[in-house]
Amino acid sequence: MAFLDINHLEKSFGAVHVVKDFNLAIDKGEFVSFLGPSGCGKTTVLRMVAGFETPSSGSIRINGQDVTNLRPNQRNIGMVFQAYALFPNLTVAQNIGFGLRVAGKPRAEIDDRVADMLKLIGLPGLDERYPFQLSGGQQQRVALARALAAKPRVLLLDEPLSALDAKIRVNLREEIRLIQRELGITTIFVTHDQEEALSMSDRVVVMHQGIADQVGTPFEIYNRPATRFVAQFVGTLNLIGASVIDAKAGKIKVGDVPVALNRALPITADGKVSLALRPETVSLGRHEGRNVVLSGRIAEVHFLGSVIRVRVQVGGEFVSLDTFNRPDAPPPEVGSTVQISVSERDLLTLAA
Amino acid sequence: MNGNRAWSWIVILLGSLYFLLPLAGMFEFSMRMKRDGYSFEAYRVVLADPQFQHTFGYSIVLALLTIVLGALIVVPTAYWVRLRLPSARPVIEFITLLPLVIPPIVIVFGYIRIYNTSSILPLTGSWWGTNILTLFGYATLALPYMYRAVDTGLRTIDVATLTEAAQSLGASWTRILATVILPNVLISVLSGAFLTFAIVIGEYVFAALLNINSFGPFMVWMGGNRAYEPSALAVIAFIITWACMGLIQLVTRFSKFSAARR
Ligand SMILES: Nc1ncnc2c1ncn2[C@@H]1O[C@H](COP(=O)(O)OP(=O)(O)OP(=O)(O)O)[C@@H](O)[C@H]1O
Ligand SMILES: [Mg+2]
Repeated sequence: MAFLDINHLEKSFGAVHVVKDFNLAIDKGEFVSFLGPSGCGKTTVLRMVAGFETPSSGSIRINGQDVTNLRPNQRNIGMVFQAYALFPNLTVAQNIGFGLRVAGKPRAEIDDRVADMLKLIGLPGLDERYPFQLSGGQQQRVALARALAAKPRVLLLDEPLSALDAKIRVNLREEIRLIQRELGITTIFVTHDQEEALSMSDRVVVMHQGIADQVGTPFEIYNRPATRFVAQFVGTLNLIGASVIDAKAGKIKVGDVPVALNRALPITADGKVSLALRPETVSLGRHEGRNVVLSGRIAEVHFLGSVIRVRVQVGGEFVSLDTFNRPDAPPPEVGSTVQISVSERDLLTLAA
Repeated sequence: MNGNRAWSWIVILLGSLYFLLPLAGMFEFSMRMKRDGYSFEAYRVVLADPQFQHTFGYSIVLALLTIVLGALIVVPTAYWVRLRLPSARPVIEFITLLPLVIPPIVIVFGYIRIYNTSSILPLTGSWWGTNILTLFGYATLALPYMYRAVDTGLRTIDVATLTEAAQSLGASWTRILATVILPNVLISVLSGAFLTFAIVIGEYVFAALLNINSFGPFMVWMGGNRAYEPSALAVIAFIITWACMGLIQLVTRFSKFSAARR
């Protein structure tokens, strides 16, 4: 049985159905991200796990114990907020030691633990500072230490990096992941930044309008998106139309080019199907093993440094593709005619 | 431009004269108890008066208790309203303003009617009862100042998130109030407290009608029976009030952790 078990969780605010039949099983020590657009219910699920919201129905179990009806202060869950939420009247050391003091731990133990935590977050020597004397990144580190000090069963983070500068954000996310691994603490991380979710997580839950569309490793989410929403939300995606020739045998036609997908296709009423392909799977020119070759005209060229993103107009549609920058080969010119090629195995067919 | 400046200075000067002249006159008068020149004789007499010492001490204790009671009522209420009942805020605010609208004499007559010796709760019948009634009455008078001060103080912190942070760390409601909310609004409580102190020290209507032996009735009694001492008393009362105002400023300036917010 999983360590954290969320079963058929539902939440309505009045008439608004915000979370719908949410199921998730998280193993001990796992790092899971909730990824989704604003308003999709990520925070609401997290707050129900923390006990700040009561589910309309469903249950939450931690380590076999049903916590659905426990008050937040009985759950032993660490929480990190987007706005840091450090107690302004307490020093860094007092903030970190707050949970231990509440638990009635002896003074010496608290001091030791606080010193350990300060070392863990890389801020030794700042114990006597007040929160307003710290930078945003430092405050969030202290908030993390405070949440972890009392050894909670689960750590919840609600967009903890959103208020920080890009550079600190990347540093801190690596640090959070390191600390999480070191302590082996079961963690849920809420974000609407796909890069964050994909780079940090063991598994990602992609949420959409209160539903968990797909749960999987970053690799699965990116390469085998289960729904059109996941495919479009995670990474850049080209969608091109094709007409179905033989659905059972997987024969279709892209433009005038016949393609054998070698897998059964959903039968559609109008005989059309839309295919998804990632920019990095498409290349300029003909290549060995990329059997689907289309002709088009270069519409846009974006120089991004190591990568050049090219938009090619194929028939009535646009396909974005990425090529590596090579100093000896200048980028193609806008307006020139090119051929692009893709392997049929990279053409994803999406359920609606 | 220059003419405007001159005018504003004249207005300020006139205003100051209007406030300061009576004060100066009263102060001057209070120094003339001895025939041969100025002295602090009147102050010495007042301060040495056992009746003064008794009533003043009594009023100080009453004021301190009022502040504690007021804080105990107002801080949890204002906190809860901000956290869970934001829609009730205008109502609560209106209620706390009532003591400013209803004259104390009306309130105290109401009290006497409800709590007289032939009522179910005959508070006015005993020394303890009367004192408790006075205490609660004064806490009511303090409400407008206390509530506004605390509510403003709560606005400077993120009440909801701090509460949730403390809850997730295992804290109970009392713990959150005592260690998270109260310390962060302490300055506001104190500024409300000094105002309350100043009001309670000089309060007359409640004290006189409930027949308690406090500083207000003593001042009035003295005003009717002596010549120089009342002026000395007035100056003393005035100094207390201003000291309270000064303390509000001082406390606000010297709080360690809120320096960044100002
Ligand atoms: N207390 C509440 N009362 C009414 N509606 C609410 C409440 N809390 C959240 N909602 C609604 O529930 C929906 C989901 O909110 P939630 O905060 O979970 O979204 P989110 O995925 O965390 O979004 P974001 O990325 O913007 O933080 C939103 O439409 C929001 O308006
Ligand atoms: Mg949110």
